[in-house]
Amino acid sequence: MRQSQTDDSAALASVKKLNRMDYRNDFPILGRNSASGAPLAYLDNAASTQRPRAVIDAMSECYERYYANVHRGIHTLSEASTDAYEQARQTTADFIHAASSREIIFTAGATAAINTVARTWGDANVGPGDCVLLTIAEHHANIVPWHQLAARTGCRIEFLPITDDFTIDENVVLDYLQRYRPKLFAFTAASNTLGTEFPVAKWTKLAHEHGAKVLIDAAQAAPHRTIDVHSLDVDFLVFSGHKVCGPTGIGVLYGKEALLDAMPAFMGGGGMIQRVTTSGFDAAALPDKFEAGTPPIVEAIGLAEAIRYVSKVGLDKIQAYEHELCEYADTQLRQIDGVRIIGPTADKKGGIVSFVIEGVHAHDVSQWLDTRGIAIRAGHHCTMPLHQSLGITATSRASFYFYNTRDEAQRLVDAVREVREKFAPTGRRRRRAVS
Amino acid sequence: MSPSEQDIYEEHVLDHYEDPYHRGALKCATHSHEADNPLCGDVIHVDLKLNGDGKVEEAWFSGEGCVISQASASMLMEKIEGKTVEELKQFSANEMLDLFGPKLTPNRQKCCLLSWRVLQAALHSPIDGQDASESNRRFGGPSLSEET
Repeated sequence: MRQSQTDDSAALASVKKLNRMDYRNDFPILGRNSASGAPLAYLDNAASTQRPRAVIDAMSECYERYYANVHRGIHTLSEASTDAYEQARQTTADFIHAASSREIIFTAGATAAINTVARTWGDANVGPGDCVLLTIAEHHANIVPWHQLAARTGCRIEFLPITDDFTIDENVVLDYLQRYRPKLFAFTAASNTLGTEFPVAKWTKLAHEHGAKVLIDAAQAAPHRTIDVHSLDVDFLVFSGHKVCGPTGIGVLYGKEALLDAMPAFMGGGGMIQRVTTSGFDAAALPDKFEAGTPPIVEAIGLAEAIRYVSKVGLDKIQAYEHELCEYADTQLRQIDGVRIIGPTADKKGGIVSFVIEGVHAHDVSQWLDTRGIAIRAGHHCTMPLHQSLGITATSRASFYFYNTRDEAQRLVDAVREVREKFAPTGRRRRRAVS
Repeated sequence: MSPSEQDIYEEHVLDHYEDPYHRGALKCATHSHEADNPLCGDVIHVDLKLNGDGKVEEAWFSGEGCVISQASASMLMEKIEGKTVEELKQFSANEMLDLFGPKLTPNRQKCCLLSWRVLQAALHSPIDGQDASESNRRFGGPSLSEET
C-alpha cells in the first residue's frame, strides 16, 4: 500500500514525475476537443475508458483479414477466428491468474456476468430465508440481480453500511457474516462512486470461514491493479472490457471450475450444447456451456489486445500513477471552500474523486466543466442506495486513468473553483415585467 | 456548430435561478402536482389557483435541483398567470424550450421540461380530488424527441 504524502514538497516532486509517463499518443480520441473548443480532458474513466490504436487495429484486422464465426466452420477463416478467440480466453485467464481458460466465460459485460451467476448458481443454491450479503456501495449491477433472485426464491438481501469515513468496518463485516450466515457475499473490489478499495483477500477469507461463497465485482479494479484470483481465493469475479481499454459488448465471468461445472446452463442456444433432440439437450462442457449464440468474437480479440496493452504499461505502475493523480486532485479539491469530497482520503482509494459543491447541482457542475473541455460524470453513478444512505441525490465524479496528466488534474481543480464563482449568489434580480 | 453550453447559464437564466418568480406554496391553491426526476434528483411542485372562468389566477412553484430545472419553473410560472386552462394545454414542450431560451442538449431538455410536465399534470389535479395517478409522479425524463 502506498503511503499518503502530506508534505507539500514531496507531493510536488512526485507530481513532476507524472508527466513523464505519457501514453496519450496511443489514444487517437484524446487529441480531440470538446464541443466548446477546449482540449478534451477525459476524466470519466470509471464509466468507460478510451481505446488505444492497438485495440482498434486488432479489431479492424480481424474484420478485414480473418473474421468468421467460431467453433462452427471447417474452413480457413473459421479456424483462424476460433484460434484467436480461444487465445483471447487464455490471455484473459493469465491476466487474472486463473488456473485454466475453462474458468473464463465471455459475457456481454460485467452486468451480464453477475446476472449469469444469479440466474444459475443463485437459483440452484439459494432458497427462502437464505441471505445474500452486499455492501451499500454496490453498483446497481450488483444489486438488482439479487433483488430479482430474492423475488424468485424468497431469499433476503442484507447491506453492509458505510462508515462516516466512507469505508466499511471489518467488525461489522464479521458481525453480519455471523448473524446472517449468507450463502453469498458479493461485493465490489473498489467503489465506482467513493473510490474506496475494499480488502478482497481478507473479507473473502472471513466469508469462507462462515460458509459463504464470494463474488467480486472487479469492474473498477481489474483495469487499475493486478488481480490474482488464485491467491485471493474468490469464487467468482467479474469485470468489463470497456473499462480496461477494451471494446464494449464484452465482459468476463471468472468462476472456480468446480463451481461453474456444477452450475446449470443459463442461456440456451447454439454453441452451448453437445446434442439437441426433440425431447431435450445435453449441455456442452466449460466454457461453452455458458456461451450460447455467436459470442463477442471480435470484442474478445480486442479485449485480449487491451489486456496486452495495459499489461505492457504495467498494472503496478498504473496503480501508483493514478494514485498520485487522485491524491493531487483530492487534496486540492478539499481546500476549496464549499467543496465536500464524497469518499475517503486518497490513501484508501483508487483513482476516483467524487464531490459535491454546496449550492450547485452536480449536473450544472458537469455542464460547466464541459465548457472547459473536462468530461466528468454527474448523477448517482448507478449507486442510488449508496447516495440515499449518504442523504444526497447526486455527486460529481472525476475518475483517472494512466493516460491522464497532472495538467488535467489541475484543470479540474481550476474549473471547480470557477464553478464556485459562477454559481455563487450575487444578489441578482430578475427583470420585472412592465405592466 | 453545437450550442455552446456556456450560454445555458446566460444572465437571464441565472437571474431566474437566484431571484425566482413565485417560489413558495400557495395556500388557496385549487390545483397542485409534484414530480421528480429520480435520475438527477430534480423536484418540482406546482400550486395553481384557477378561477371560475378557467383562468390561472396565481401560479407558484417550489422544488430543488439544477439551475435549468429551477429557472425554467420560474419562467413558466411568470408566463402562465392569466392564461386559460385550454391555452395551457395547448402550450407545447417545444414552446417550453423556446420560453427557456438557450438551446439545450437532449439530456438537459428533461430538466427544463420537468416543470412543464408538472404543470400539465397539475391542471388535471384538483386538490380535493385524489385522481392524480401515482404513475404521473415519477418523471423518468423524456427528451423532446420522446415527447409526442
